[in-house]
Amino acid sequence: MRHIIAVLLENESGALARVVGLFAQRGYNIDSLTVAATEDPTLSRLTLVTRGDDQVIEQITKQLHKLIEVVKLVDLSESAHIERELMMVKVKASGDQREEVKRCADIFRGQIIDVSPTTYTIQVVGTSEKLEAFIEAMSNTQILEVVRTGVSGISRGEKALAL
Amino acid sequence: MSQQNQPEMLSGGAMLVRALHDEGVEYVYGYPGGAVLHIYDALFQQNDVKHVLVRHEQAATHMADAYARASGKAGVVLVTSGPGATNAVTGIATAYMDSIPMVVICGQVMSHLIGDDAFQETDMMGISRPIVKHNMSVRNPADIPMMVKKAFYIAQSGRPGPVVLDIPKDMTIPSQKFPYEYPKEIKLRSYNPNAKGHPGQIKKALQTLLAAKKPVLYSGGGVILGRASEELTELARKLNLPVTNTLMGLGAYPASDAQFIGMLGMHGSYEANQAMHNADVIFAVGARFDDRVTNATKKFCPNATIIHIDIDPASISKTINAQVPIVGLVKPVLQEMLSQLDKLDGKLDQAALQQWWDQINQWREVHGGRYEQRADLLKPQAVIEAVHRHTQGDAYVTSDVGQHQMFAAQYYKFDKPNRWINSGGLGTMGFGLPAAMGVKLHYPDAEVVCVTGEGSIQMNIQELSTCKQYGLGVKIINLNNGYLGMVKQWQDMNYDSRYSSSYMDSLPDFVKLAEAYGHVGIRVTRPEELEPALERAFALKDRLVFLDIHIDPKEHVYPMQVPGGAMNEMFLSKTERT
Ligand SMILES: Cc1ncc(C[n+]2csc(CCOP(=O)(O)OP(=O)(O)O)c2C)c(N)n1
Ligand SMILES: [Mg+2]
Repeated sequence: MRHIIAVLLENESGALARVVGLFAQRGYNIDSLTVAATEDPTLSRLTLVTRGDDQVIEQITKQLHKLIEVVKLVDLSESAHIERELMMVKVKASGDQREEVKRCADIFRGQIIDVSPTTYTIQVVGTSEKLEAFIEAMSNTQILEVVRTGVSGISRGEKALAL
Repeated sequence: MSQQNQPEMLSGGAMLVRALHDEGVEYVYGYPGGAVLHIYDALFQQNDVKHVLVRHEQAATHMADAYARASGKAGVVLVTSGPGATNAVTGIATAYMDSIPMVVICGQVMSHLIGDDAFQETDMMGISRPIVKHNMSVRNPADIPMMVKKAFYIAQSGRPGPVVLDIPKDMTIPSQKFPYEYPKEIKLRSYNPNAKGHPGQIKKALQTLLAAKKPVLYSGGGVILGRASEELTELARKLNLPVTNTLMGLGAYPASDAQFIGMLGMHGSYEANQAMHNADVIFAVGARFDDRVTNATKKFCPNATIIHIDIDPASISKTINAQVPIVGLVKPVLQEMLSQLDKLDGKLDQAALQQWWDQINQWREVHGGRYEQRADLLKPQAVIEAVHRHTQGDAYVTSDVGQHQMFAAQYYKFDKPNRWINSGGLGTMGFGLPAAMGVKLHYPDAEVVCVTGEGSIQMNIQELSTCKQYGLGVKIINLNNGYLGMVKQWQDMNYDSRYSSSYMDSLPDFVKLAEAYGHVGIRVTRPEELEPALERAFALKDRLVFLDIHIDPKEHVYPMQVPGGAMNEMFLSKTERT
């Protein structure tokens, strides 16, 4: 099962390496990982997407907790949450293709954020699933480059991962 | 002297040494080099913290580690950057695998050189990361007292472990002084190990134990580390539980007591492994269901309800699912169990327990630790039994890794905790001698015996020189079989006795070698020579005696679990299997 784990981490050098190292050492999957500072400069927030059965996920959260710099964590997939990822796709677009690409981007609520005589760069935001569906939809177009930020997540309602 | 309310001004190096003293550290084990010269100079200028100069940094880590195992307090290591730090790596990993509190101070090149491949630069933060509980690099000399406090706090609390403190040379410059104040305590928002255990879970555990018909208490290194042997013993007696200890847990329950059924696992006793396999309730205390204990996890103890006390939640239900998990330090949890037990109504099912004990006593007859008796050859088991007699079972026994380690574990009946000191998790050959030194330094009046093999002892043999310098009168029992015996045993059992590189040719004359280092060496080649040799060795109170004891080179360690089998599937000798 796919899980989205959000972690509040002391904003110290080496803390991120410890998290990444843990996954490598113990052979856990990482589908994506994003990290950035929060409104509190002493904390950074990390979102990890991983896969595993219940036992593996339980070990992952316990082992993460053991890292001294991990302040708090939550498995967002355990309750209602919102997940977002941003993707930029550069595609070949000239002549008739330009309309076609634009239409497809509109359907996915994508924005064209850069244009050249022969290319479009489209930004799409959504769940990982939606981004994959967009790539699928563009299968007739020549994709030159794809870049994705990885997933960020937050729980719905009043629940908050904070100190 | 400092003015009133005016903190003393000290350099980073002097602050480090002072902080160690304020932490109660008596000895630091280490080896100097460029990056730590300021620190060594600070050590030279005071007398509170004493430095022990080893002959190889690995030995410094094992000394500190063994001191921690015997005393419960973190040992302290000081090494230089680069090769000094990398030489310490095996010792750090050894401590990590057995959850031993240790603080390792590593020099580092000057901050502005980090990342330049400077002379003797290694990324010790990166290298040590997977084998430490935590590591920290000093960025500002003024932080040193706080970081030392933090290092000790993390190393010694919760599930203990080694902490590396990386100190660039420019953090310790003698002319740059800072106000010194040692923090009384430290609080970390991200680290706060839960000590007490959930009272509801504790009650459930007691109810489960009271209802048990075939219970077993399986205790591990956590009881030794957590100094909870007394509570464990009391609870076991009150509940009439058969007790088995892991390799790391020996001595937590007295081996000479009738309720003790021996060590369990790969080379555990027949009765312990049978009792585990047939149990209806397994009460695991400070143990982690390691693969050397469980054998095949799929076949592990099919009928057992498992109660598991551990300070590390990640150890619970990691390999074996626990029905009654209790997260907490073993000592307060066992205390709470004892106090709740007095108030509970439930009664033990004495009739069922009697039947269970009858069954266990029958199992005791099956193997019973027997071994071949020979008039012409010394048997390693007999040597350990003789050492036990000569030390009244009261010695600190350290060991290396191999057959000799298992014989020591099986035949030196430990009645006290913290007396059996071995590398269980990592299985580090070369551990035994420095470990014995670490213990002897702190307990000069105690008998300290190192049980080793001719293979292992050569991995840190240079420490005989350190022993001479500090007058460490340990007794070395070298069970010399001329083979990497444990490797040979596996080759006998699985590779048709093809001894690929397990034979030790060109061994040194250990007697002369001991003498060359200024010690006493005694060779024993025949059974009748053993008693007088031990007599002489233990009479030489303050001397290091190296007993080179030539034993049956063909002996195997039994019982031995059948690989991939259940707990109770064992080889009992070269010709018998369950
Ligand atoms: C540093 C290290 N290298 C290799 C091993 C693998 N190993 C385990 S036991 C053993 C043989 C030990 O031989 P010896 O010290 O003579 O003890 P014996 O088994 O003969 O009693 C070896 C090589 C190890 N445990 N540690
Ligand atoms: Mg040998």
